[in-house]
Amino acid sequence: MLRILHGTKYDFIRPWRIAVAITAVFIVAGLGFLAVHGINKSIEFTGGTLMQLEFQQPPNPADLRATVDGAGYPGSEIQPFGSPREFTVRAAGHDAGSSVEKTAREIEIALHKRFGATEPTVVRTEIVGARVGDELSRNALIAIVISLFVTLLYLAFRFEWRFGVAAVLATAHDLLSTLAFLAIMRLEVSLTVVAALLTVIGYSLNDTIIIFDRVRENLKKARPEPLYDVLNRSINETLPRSVLTHVTVAAATLSLLIFAGEVIRPFSWIMLFGIVTGTFSSVYIAGPTLLWIERKWPRARGNERAPSRAPAPVAPVKPAASRPPVAARTR
Amino acid sequence: MSNLKWRLVTIGVLVLLSVYALFPRDVKTRQRRPDGTFFDTVTRRVPLRKGLDLSGGMHLALEVDESKGVVANKSEAIDRALKVVRTRIEGMGVSETVIQKAGNDRIIIDIPGVDDRERAIRMVQDQAFLAFQITDKTNAFEKVLPRLDAIAKTRGLGAATAGARTAPAPNASLNGLLTAGGDSSRSASGITRDSAKKDMAKAKADSATLPGASGGVISKMILAGQFPGEFLFERNNKDILKDFLDVPDVQAAMPPGKVVRFGSDSVVIQNKSYGYLYLVDERPIITGESLTDAKPNSTPEGTVVEFTLSNEGGRKFQRETAKHVKDYMAIVLDNVVMGRPPVINSAIGTRGQITMGQGRELQAAQGLSLVLKAGALPVPLKVAEVRNIGPSLGQDSINKAWIAGTIALALVVIIMLGYYRFSGMLAVAGLALYVLYTLATLASFDAVLTLPGLAGFVLSIGIAVDANVLIFERIREELDRGKTVRTAIDEGFRHAMSAIIDSNVSTILTAAVLYQYGTGPVKGFAVTLIAGIVASMVTSIFVVKTFYLLWLNRSRGAQTLSI
Repeated sequence: MLRILHGTKYDFIRPWRIAVAITAVFIVAGLGFLAVHGINKSIEFTGGTLMQLEFQQPPNPADLRATVDGAGYPGSEIQPFGSPREFTVRAAGHDAGSSVEKTAREIEIALHKRFGATEPTVVRTEIVGARVGDELSRNALIAIVISLFVTLLYLAFRFEWRFGVAAVLATAHDLLSTLAFLAIMRLEVSLTVVAALLTVIGYSLNDTIIIFDRVRENLKKARPEPLYDVLNRSINETLPRSVLTHVTVAAATLSLLIFAGEVIRPFSWIMLFGIVTGTFSSVYIAGPTLLWIERKWPRARGNERAPSRAPAPVAPVKPAASRPPVAARTR
Repeated sequence: MSNLKWRLVTIGVLVLLSVYALFPRDVKTRQRRPDGTFFDTVTRRVPLRKGLDLSGGMHLALEVDESKGVVANKSEAIDRALKVVRTRIEGMGVSETVIQKAGNDRIIIDIPGVDDRERAIRMVQDQAFLAFQITDKTNAFEKVLPRLDAIAKTRGLGAATAGARTAPAPNASLNGLLTAGGDSSRSASGITRDSAKKDMAKAKADSATLPGASGGVISKMILAGQFPGEFLFERNNKDILKDFLDVPDVQAAMPPGKVVRFGSDSVVIQNKSYGYLYLVDERPIITGESLTDAKPNSTPEGTVVEFTLSNEGGRKFQRETAKHVKDYMAIVLDNVVMGRPPVINSAIGTRGQITMGQGRELQAAQGLSLVLKAGALPVPLKVAEVRNIGPSLGQDSINKAWIAGTIALALVVIIMLGYYRFSGMLAVAGLALYVLYTLATLASFDAVLTLPGLAGFVLSIGIAVDANVLIFERIREELDRGKTVRTAIDEGFRHAMSAIIDSNVSTILTAAVLYQYGTGPVKGFAVTLIAGIVASMVTSIFVVKTFYLLWLNRSRGAQTLSI
C-alpha cells in the first residue's frame, strides 16, 4: 500500500512562536493595507451601476474611457475583464431623485453612438441602489458573526468549552488572515466572496474538528500524558488524512481558478488561500490556544469531562497573546 | 446477509428515486418572438432550474417609493402591491418567473430570458392609477395666474426663461394650432367628436392670451387651449413648468379642489412643439378600481385601449356623466391626461376607451391594458436593484463550470485511485453516486442552480472524499494494529464516525446561516453546499460501507485489503 507521512513523530507545536509571529506579521500587513486602501467592495455593497461589455474587436481603452466620460460619468472604473475584448464599466451611485436605471441607459446610448449600433454587446448589467448596498453589508457581517457563534455553541455542546473556544479562535484567525489576503490581492469583495469566506470558515473548522476529535479520543485513553504530547500525537496521526484531503480540495479549487472563468475567480482565490490558512490555524492557533486555556483552567484529571462551565467570553483575537505551552510540556 | 440485502435495496431505491427526479420531462415554456408576441414550446429537459446568472434574464428588486409621501404600513402595502405585480408579470407570459416578498419592504422579481430592461421596469413600476376627472370650466386657473406670476418673479424664474421663449404671433399661429389640435381630440363612447369641434370656434375667440394675464413669466408661458381648463405650453419649458408647479407656494396658490395635470399629446405649430396642460377637478368621478376588462385595439383614430367597467362602476359612471353633460372629461393615468379630454354628450355606461398618446404603438397599448386589468399599485414603487444578464454570458458560465467540474472530478479520481487502489475504486463509485444524489436532491427541492452554486458543487467534489479519506486512514491504522480485515473495516467506520459527523454538522450550520442571510446566487450556493454535504455523508458512511460488505461476502477470508 502506498503511504505518505505514515507514523510520523514531528513536534508540530514546538515552533508555534515563529508560526504565530509570521501570521501576525501577515495579518498586520494586510490590515494595514486595508486601512490605507479600504475594502474594494463590489457594487452590491456600494450601490451604483456595473456593465460588462463584450466587443467584437478589442477597443482602445482610452477611447472607451472618453466615451463613458462623455456620457456624463467621469471617474468611472473601467477594467478589462478576462480578455482584451471584454470590459467592465463601474459608475458611481446616482443621485437619489433620478431613476436608478438612468446611468446604464445613458452609458449604453453613448457607447452605441461611438462604437456602432451593435457594438459592444452589454452582456451584464447590475444596478444597485445605495440603501440595498448598506443592508447587504450589514447582513454579510451579521452572517459571519452568527455563523461563528452558532459553531461555538455546537462545539461547546459536542466537545467542551475549551475546544470550542480554541476552534473559534482559530476560525477567527482564518477570517482575519483571509481578509488580509483579500486586501493584499486587491480582490473585490462581492456577495460571492462573502460566501467563499464563510466556506473557508466551515472548511477550517472541519480541519480543527478532525484534530480535536482525535485529541478527545486520545485523552480518553488510560495512560496519562501531557496535553502537549497528546496534541502532537493527534496531529501526526491525522497527518495523512490532512494531506490527502487538502490535496483533493486544492485540486478542485485550482481547477475552478484556472477554468471556471473570471466571474468566479475571486471566489477560487479565497478558497485556495482558505485551504492553506485553515490547515495552518488548526495546528498553530487552535493547538496553542487549547494548551493555554488548559493551563489557565486545568481540567480535572482522570475525570474525563471537566464540569462544564459557561463558555468563557471569547477574547479578541490576539494570537501572540497565547502563553507558551512549554510549561505544559515539562509537566 | 439480510443486513447486506437491506443495504443494497436501500441504495437501489435511492438510485431509482434519483434517476426519477432527474429524468428529463416535458416542460412547457413560453418564449418571445423578436416581434414581441409569445409562443409556447414544449421541451424535454432535465428538471434542474438554472438561476438568472446561468440562464440569462433579469432580477429586479422594488421598494416603496416614499419620495412623494411617507407610507404608514409598508409591509402591508407591499403585500398588496405584490399581488398586482404578480398579475402583471404573469400577464407578460414569461415562464418560470419568481415573484416574492423579501424582508418587510421589498419585492423581488426574477424573469428568465427577458432582456428588454426598460419595458420590464415600466411594467412593474407604472402605478396605473386610472381616474376620470372633469376639466375645470370656471376659469379658475386664469384667476390665479397673477399670483403665480408674482411667485415666479420672487423666485427669479423670469431671467432664466424670458430670453429662450418667443411667443407665437397670437392670431395667425393659434388658428393653425387649433386645427392641428382638433384632429387629435378623441372620443369615448357616448361622446361625439363633432361637439368638440363645435366648441372649437368658441374657444378660438379667447385663446390668444389668457384673460387676466398680467404679462408675467408664467402667463406668457401658458396659452389657452380650445376649451376651458385646457392650456398649451411650449415643450421646451416643460421641465421649468413642472418644477415650478411642484413648489409648495405654487401648490398653495392653486384653486381649491382643482389640480393641474400634464397631457400626453403634443402638437407642432411653426416648428415648435407644444404640450397640453389641464386643470381638472381633484375628485375623480370614477377610478380604475371599477374596471373589469381592458384590451388593446387599433382603430382608424389610432391605437386605443378599450375597457369595460363593473356593473356597479358602470352605474356610478352613468350617474356622474349625466351630471356633466357638455363638460370635458380627462382620462388621467398616473397623473397624465391620456390623449385629449372628450366632451360628454350624454350619460356613458359601462364601456369606454382610452386613446394612447401620439407615437405610441400597439405594444404600449398591450402593456397598458395588462397593467389596467391587474389594477393599480396601492403604493408607488421604485427600482432598488436591477441585474440583467445576457443569455450568452450565462451559457459561457455553464460551459466553463462544466470544464472545471470535469477536470476537478478527474483529478480527484486519479488521486483516490492512485493512493487507495481498490478501496479508492469503491470511493470513486461512491463519488459517482454522490454526484447523482446531490443533483437529484437539488432537482426535487426545486433548488436554483447558480454560478456560485456550481462552484460550490465542484468544490464539494473535492470535499466529499474527505469522509472516505478519514475512514480509509482509520482502517489502515486498525490494520497496522494487526486486526483482521473484517474487524479493521468495522472499527475504521465506527471510529471515523464522530469526526465525520461533527465536522459536517458544523459546515451545515454555516451553510444554513448563509442561506438565511444570503440573496440570489449566494442562497443557491448554500443550498448546493447543504445538499452536497448530506449526500456525501450518505455515500461515504452508508454506500461505501455496503460496497465493503459486498466485497467481504464475495471473498470470504480475505487476508489482505487493497487500501
